[in-house]
Amino acid sequence: MSEVPELAQPGFEPNPFAPHHDPIGEGSAPVDEQSPIDQPELVQLLTPEGERVEHPDYSIDLTTEEIQGLYRDLALVRRVDVEATALQRQGELGIWASLLGQEAAQIGAGRALQPDDMAFPTYREHGVAWCRGIDPMSIIGLFRGCDSGSWDPVETKFNLYTIVIGAQTLHAVGYAMGMQRDAGPGACLAFFGDGATSQGDVNEAFVFAAVFDAPVVFFCQNNQYAISEPIEKQTRIPLYRRASGFGFPGIRVDGNDVLAVLAVTRRALEAARSGQGPTLIEAYTYRMGAHTTSDDPSRYRLASEMEAWKLKDPIERLKAYLIRSGQADAAFFESIDAESDELAAHIRKATVEMPDPDPVSMFNNTYAEITPELAEQRDTFVAYQAGFSEEASQV
Amino acid sequence: MSTSTVTLGKALNMGLRRAMEDDSKVLLMGEDIGKLGGVFRITDGLQKDFGEDRVIDTPLAESGILGTAVGLAMRGFRPVVEIQFDGFVYPAYDQIVCQVAKLHARSRGRLPMSIVIRIPFGGGIGAVEHHSESPEAYFAHTAGLKVVACSNPVDAYWMIQQSIKHPDPIVFFEPKRRYWEKADLDTEATPEPLFASRLVREGSQVTVLAYGPMVKTALQAASAAQEEGISVEVVDLRTVSPLDMGPVLDSVRRTGRCVVVHEAPANLGLGAELSARITESCFFDLEAPVLRVGGYDTPYPPSKLEEDYLPDLDRVLEAVDRSLAF
Repeated sequence: MSEVPELAQPGFEPNPFAPHHDPIGEGSAPVDEQSPIDQPELVQLLTPEGERVEHPDYSIDLTTEEIQGLYRDLALVRRVDVEATALQRQGELGIWASLLGQEAAQIGAGRALQPDDMAFPTYREHGVAWCRGIDPMSIIGLFRGCDSGSWDPVETKFNLYTIVIGAQTLHAVGYAMGMQRDAGPGACLAFFGDGATSQGDVNEAFVFAAVFDAPVVFFCQNNQYAISEPIEKQTRIPLYRRASGFGFPGIRVDGNDVLAVLAVTRRALEAARSGQGPTLIEAYTYRMGAHTTSDDPSRYRLASEMEAWKLKDPIERLKAYLIRSGQADAAFFESIDAESDELAAHIRKATVEMPDPDPVSMFNNTYAEITPELAEQRDTFVAYQAGFSEEASQV
Repeated sequence: MSTSTVTLGKALNMGLRRAMEDDSKVLLMGEDIGKLGGVFRITDGLQKDFGEDRVIDTPLAESGILGTAVGLAMRGFRPVVEIQFDGFVYPAYDQIVCQVAKLHARSRGRLPMSIVIRIPFGGGIGAVEHHSESPEAYFAHTAGLKVVACSNPVDAYWMIQQSIKHPDPIVFFEPKRRYWEKADLDTEATPEPLFASRLVREGSQVTVLAYGPMVKTALQAASAAQEEGISVEVVDLRTVSPLDMGPVLDSVRRTGRCVVVHEAPANLGLGAELSARITESCFFDLEAPVLRVGGYDTPYPPSKLEEDYLPDLDRVLEAVDRSLAF
């Protein structure tokens, strides 16, 4: 792909997406031959080359420190991701779901959140977690198999990761309905991917949010793939346009442009907080890595597609902008690199030193108070386990 | 006056009303529960008195109802969800099993999950398909859920309130064909604990275990048996998960014989679990194997055949006779 495509078509054509995902070259028409009628705006404030551009509806005014802060976020979450992937390859993690390429979508959305907002992630929102102040080791612990996420979702306002595709969108709507009912401040930000838009739960979440006017923003990272299945296996129309059928606004933003994502998400959250109901944001991005470390994307997509997207890398474009506009010098980038190296070293050390959970802990919290029959199972288990240590001590 | 004669349906309505009065965080959610008052009128009048924000007519989407209930529970509300009929719970099954049941454990107890899922269950009302099922075993099999079934108006009134106050998610089965059964209800009485089974008829020769709609059938069978000189004891389980085995084992140790009755298919139903536990705990007290009377391993049949499918007085007595013949 050479450009972020403009996909909206007036309808009727069977598959407007096919040319974009046609690695074996059997597509009917290249992108630029498609009719330009009704092409959607893709909100962009920073071009892939790092040029700052204006948009008629969305603007953003950030200080140098704030833009540097965004760069730091992007660079450090990518480093977390790279280290976690390496640790999985070394056998230290069971699996890792990489965010590579989606840093701007996640940092832009994460930094749009206010303290009273509540985020509902999938299992890939390491960048949003970062913005919520969650220790990357809490996430690594989950993928190492130590727990189901050790952060406090109440305190951090960042829900636990949800593995079941799309299920959390309904939780976000319900939580938002609760905000309405207790007149609490804030709004919910529900994350999901392009594949999830086919799930019943996501569509039910759209219906509930619309009819109850719930203060929720649906943030879809369209990273082009649901494991191996390209976007045309999920939809015939651009995803953001689904919103109109449910009766609320949808907008597509360049998901590799952190400034645009921040501006668009801020606006949508503000609308939700002020009683204007839901918005669907489609952050148009690309999963530059595998679905997870268990996946092999070379079976279903060409390296050339990846190369094209590398030119739109979210971090490089912000770096280019910072340099071009004279807002950061070599010393700044060196300091981020040093911080990144330090974080990586910490992650490696903390991962290998992470203790295994206490086996008895699996019985904890199944219920608010353990039931007599479960307590009996637990006690039997403890006695059984203790038998091994007695045997060992007798040897 | 705190005592009145009420139907089981009315007792549930009164219990829901009282729970809503006691705690402003209690919300009712479901299809047609507002103006209509629910297809069985269990929520009749509640939306009028508590408003549309607390008695929520939802879109027609069961997974959506349970999924949003999860979010509300996270926010500190106590959603009481009505599933219109047993056979319509399956679209919500994923949310119930993967989310409702697990979030307390996954969050290490940080996320409250006080949700009550009311399900009218069982057959015997001449309904079309999907309206007469007994899916309790699916939920009893899932760690993190609790499952109860009321059998009479008094229990209905108290158990629904106790379930709403309880911190864990509860699947609350209502015996739909008994909605019109009446009893005297004293709203000032002291209720029995929620997760307790109860001896409802004393006898000496055979223990019959039942819950929900089959308690009445079991009691009728016990009366009929008495006329033939057979003494049948009946235990109303009330709680399906966790099981309260104390009263069950006490009874079986005395009688030495046990018959379990439920409408759900016998295969891998509650009867199988009860039989296993009884055998493990009082093997040497048993005079006969634990016998099961349940639905057959077929889809629930068209209503003209449901009397043949459902356990009834005669099938319970036949099992009692088989037990005694060992």
